[in-house]
Amino acid sequence: MTETIRYEVDADGIALLTIDLPNTGMNVFNAQLIKDLDTCVDKVLADDAVKGAVITSGKPAFLAGADLNMLGGQAGAKQTPQEAFESAFGLNKLLRKLETGDKDRKILAKEGTKPFAAAVNGLALGGGFELVLACHYRVLADVPGMQLGFPEVQVGLLPGAGGTQRLPRIVGIQAAAQAITTGKPYNGQIAMGLGIAQALVPLDEVVSNAKEWVKKTASALAPWDKKGFKYPGGAGAMNPNAVRTFMGASAMAQKQTQHNYPAVEAILSCLYEGGIVDFDTAIRIESKYFMKLLADPVAGNMIRSLFINKQAVEKGSLRPEGFERKKVKRLGMLGAGLMGAGVAYVSAKAGMDVVLLDRDEASAEKGKDYSRNLVKKGMERGKVSQEKGDALLDRITTTSNYGDLADCDLIIEAVFEAEDIKKDVTEKTEAVIGKDVVFASNTSTLPITGLAKNFTRPHQFIGIHFFSPVDKMPLVEIIMGEKTDDETLALALDYVSQIKKTPIVVNDSRGFYTSRCFGTYVQEGYAMVQEGVNPALIENAGKMAGMPVGPLAVGDEVALDLSYKVGMATKKALGDKYVSSPADGFVEKMVVELERFGRKNGKGNYVYPEDGGRKYLWPGLADHFPQADDQPEVCEVISRFMVRQAIEAARCFEEGVLIDASSGDIGAIFGWGFAPFTGGPFSYIDTMGVAEFVAEADRLAQAYGARFTPPQMLRDMAANGESFYAKGDTRGRIAKAA
Amino acid sequence: MTEAYIYDAIRTPRGRGRKDGSLHEVTPIQLATQQLEAIRDRNDLDTANIDDVILGCVAPVGEQGSNIARVAAINAGYAETTAGFQINRFCASGLEAVNIAAAKVMSGEADMAIGGGVESMSRVPMGSDGGAMASDPAVAFKSYFVPQGVSADLIATKYGHSRDDVDAYAVESQKRAKAAWDDNRFEKSIVPVKDVVGMDVLDHDEFMRPETTMQSLGALKPSFVEMGQFGFDNVAIQKYPEIERINHVHHAGNSSGIVDGSAAVLVGTKEMGEKLGLKARARIKSMASIGSEPTIMLTGPSFAAEKALKRAGMSKSDIDVWELNEAFASVVLRFMEALDVDHADMNVNGGAIAMGHPLGATGAMILGTVLDELERSGKSTALATLCIGAGMGTATIIERV
Repeated sequence: MTETIRYEVDADGIALLTIDLPNTGMNVFNAQLIKDLDTCVDKVLADDAVKGAVITSGKPAFLAGADLNMLGGQAGAKQTPQEAFESAFGLNKLLRKLETGDKDRKILAKEGTKPFAAAVNGLALGGGFELVLACHYRVLADVPGMQLGFPEVQVGLLPGAGGTQRLPRIVGIQAAAQAITTGKPYNGQIAMGLGIAQALVPLDEVVSNAKEWVKKTASALAPWDKKGFKYPGGAGAMNPNAVRTFMGASAMAQKQTQHNYPAVEAILSCLYEGGIVDFDTAIRIESKYFMKLLADPVAGNMIRSLFINKQAVEKGSLRPEGFERKKVKRLGMLGAGLMGAGVAYVSAKAGMDVVLLDRDEASAEKGKDYSRNLVKKGMERGKVSQEKGDALLDRITTTSNYGDLADCDLIIEAVFEAEDIKKDVTEKTEAVIGKDVVFASNTSTLPITGLAKNFTRPHQFIGIHFFSPVDKMPLVEIIMGEKTDDETLALALDYVSQIKKTPIVVNDSRGFYTSRCFGTYVQEGYAMVQEGVNPALIENAGKMAGMPVGPLAVGDEVALDLSYKVGMATKKALGDKYVSSPADGFVEKMVVELERFGRKNGKGNYVYPEDGGRKYLWPGLADHFPQADDQPEVCEVISRFMVRQAIEAARCFEEGVLIDASSGDIGAIFGWGFAPFTGGPFSYIDTMGVAEFVAEADRLAQAYGARFTPPQMLRDMAANGESFYAKGDTRGRIAKAA
Repeated sequence: MTEAYIYDAIRTPRGRGRKDGSLHEVTPIQLATQQLEAIRDRNDLDTANIDDVILGCVAPVGEQGSNIARVAAINAGYAETTAGFQINRFCASGLEAVNIAAAKVMSGEADMAIGGGVESMSRVPMGSDGGAMASDPAVAFKSYFVPQGVSADLIATKYGHSRDDVDAYAVESQKRAKAAWDDNRFEKSIVPVKDVVGMDVLDHDEFMRPETTMQSLGALKPSFVEMGQFGFDNVAIQKYPEIERINHVHHAGNSSGIVDGSAAVLVGTKEMGEKLGLKARARIKSMASIGSEPTIMLTGPSFAAEKALKRAGMSKSDIDVWELNEAFASVVLRFMEALDVDHADMNVNGGAIAMGHPLGATGAMILGTVLDELERSGKSTALATLCIGAGMGTATIIERV
């Protein structure tokens, strides 16, 4: 018996190791579990009365991978390379002991070792899957949530306990490369089909099945420890099939990662090199690549932003204390356009009743069609049952009658972005709803404090800003008006949690946080066209910077005429305070003179062929914005994009629009696709070094204008040697109150 | 420094590099052996005077492995004192082998040597030797590796060669090759290949398609679209971000043909030539090899040519005839633009698009071809060069004597 593993030997001499971490619902590999597993494996191997062992879990899931906080700690620790290797190699070594009984390899090949079986009762990811693969026999429970996979790549790492070696030796290089570089898990049936598991049985038989196998197995030997083992499909530098696979995989990986995600390259190297050497050498190589990734800031930044902080906000770290957790039962959705229709869908999907209101019944019904289409698609793909689909649609009531909003416990408004229309629907709604019902606006352009004036209870008025398409985009930006109170915020967060989205909370400002910063990316692209930079270079540099698409392409999606209108409205609202941008002239010329609005009218920065062919950059750009003879280096273009966005994020921080650095990082990645490998703009600044960032921003300001000038806060931080994330702190620097 | 002279240059005809090719039944060691035998016999050489045999071979594995040059010398019955080694400078191996033979002569290490090459692409397929650049992910990432066809299409895109441009070049290559054969212009160098019973199995370049027209080429689909979409276009664009998309214009009809063949060039000092009663045909003026950007890969020849010209103290107007291996049409088009060379003076008897490119041998073959052309036309100076995988170029300037 250890702290994390129950150890019981039955009458047949079979040890049952039940992994069951105290005080948590989920088993993960942490230092204690590794230590306990080591103890238990030693015990099995040393005890002559024990014939073999079965490993299972005392929780619904088998084992969900490594404790990423533990890995974060490793990254920060001061170690010699040798110590770092020993630490990275620890679990590899332990699993290899389990697999080989630590026998001399020649003797092992002849006589085998004590059998270990994995009774996989639920999902096994990362280190959990690696433990499963190290066992000689694997039986899976036929449960709906069964997943076997390696998600490490999604946080910049690789499966470093033999995962890159055992999986390809079972399923072949190509299948393993696909699984490990994407992180996509297998379900039970597919794992069986690929030969990853030997049996798929009902949950209550999973342990007995494993024991049965151990009972009849005198000694076991992994296939790769047998003499003459060959990879399925071949491996190595001289195997034409493997060479083709690696040639293709490297190209595809470079296409997808744009050289920004070292984990993908390292995984392919482990697969390639591991196919040439023996297993014991291969896992040492794997551990060395793992060390390299762990020492690279990309993994640390990704772990912090994409995993630790994302989970924290989803679990309620932003929620003010002292308010009872509420569930929205009936949502009043004002406006059935693209956004309103999307919000109605995700809310109904989460089990809420939705009253979808628009000017007239037909418009409201059109909004509901959005849900109908998604339900239909889901059913066609077998992801949604008829029953569930029908129930979802039944929960959405369409109306044009404000009276139907009476029983709603939350209102979200997503009507046309015009002050007078907003005022009208807000007043009509307030007249019919309960006296403490929260009113939220999905505006993306109008300040919340101003809109709250249309409502007699501004403390219960809040911004809930969704991204399009609502059903796909994970982020929700919650905006506090000047008078919004904490109880209202708590309810908004409860609602976001109900629809399973990732929230950030920001203070009011024009464009809030995400729209304001996102705009700088597009505008910088426009400014470059105006300067005579080759548009292809602009677009390619955007993608190489790690952005999902180039600024001109995304500008077309947003629509140039909308950018123009928002710009005009902002100018009007700010008067003398309006800071003009070099992009203004570009947008005006494209919209007013050339009538190129974007994808919506089939002509924008790109040409959209009517036959549905691939879009291409509008050749006319060169006529209206002649290309300069001297073109910048691509790294200069990339720097402009990254620094410009990060500067705007830092200004939001300085102005108190953001409440902390981690919200800024999460909002940037999930809101507008800021290069995920950086961990977000604040992680990006930290990684570069605040002083170095300030110097680069000053250089760019000299060259291209004051929009790059770093805020005083950054200069102070640089002078004091501060960063946004202190060592060991994941939430990051807290912004001053707005 | 001692001068190096070319005394003879021969080649096999080029056989289609497939199962139905005439040379498929002949081992690569035989291809090389018969060349060594022929150059010995037609010059009546006492091979004790041959210090070294250097053969280019790009897939030196299997039956082409283990130093095919030394093995061919033994197999041809050369004096056991004649050494031999195989080199690999990818597509320029054959020319590099001649350059090394010349360098040995110039340095005083050798008095007489043979440079040449061999490749049976039908029996030892391209890529059989593996290699880190394409298959080791760490290297592929670092070097922005793309296959040659994508590089050729990248050249066409970057320098604006349309599909018509490259196809027109290919049609002309076929036309010139046909005219050259009709006019017996290769007669001096061609040594037919024999089978095990001594019958001729091939006496002409069988890859040629003289009936080729713009229309017939127009029907061919570009070869590297899928490869590009798979990711290689993106890799190329990451290296050349000024390009929006790659224009795929190359196909089997405007790229070099896959063929089998071998070649040999006899190089020596003036004194040894006189001693053996040989007549020098040309003097090697200069030689150069360079490295260039590896992703676009095939732009090296112009830099190699410039370097060779500079080393010879010559300018490009001193060159009467140019020979650049037709790996892909865009390679030659780009070279002619870069150095402002008239097409009338370039590859005057066709090239690898029409006749094929037996990787390890081609360099030695085209040097012989251009020497024959100098003699036929009464001109004086020629430059032969080839583009090379991984971004290189090799060039040699010769002058008739």
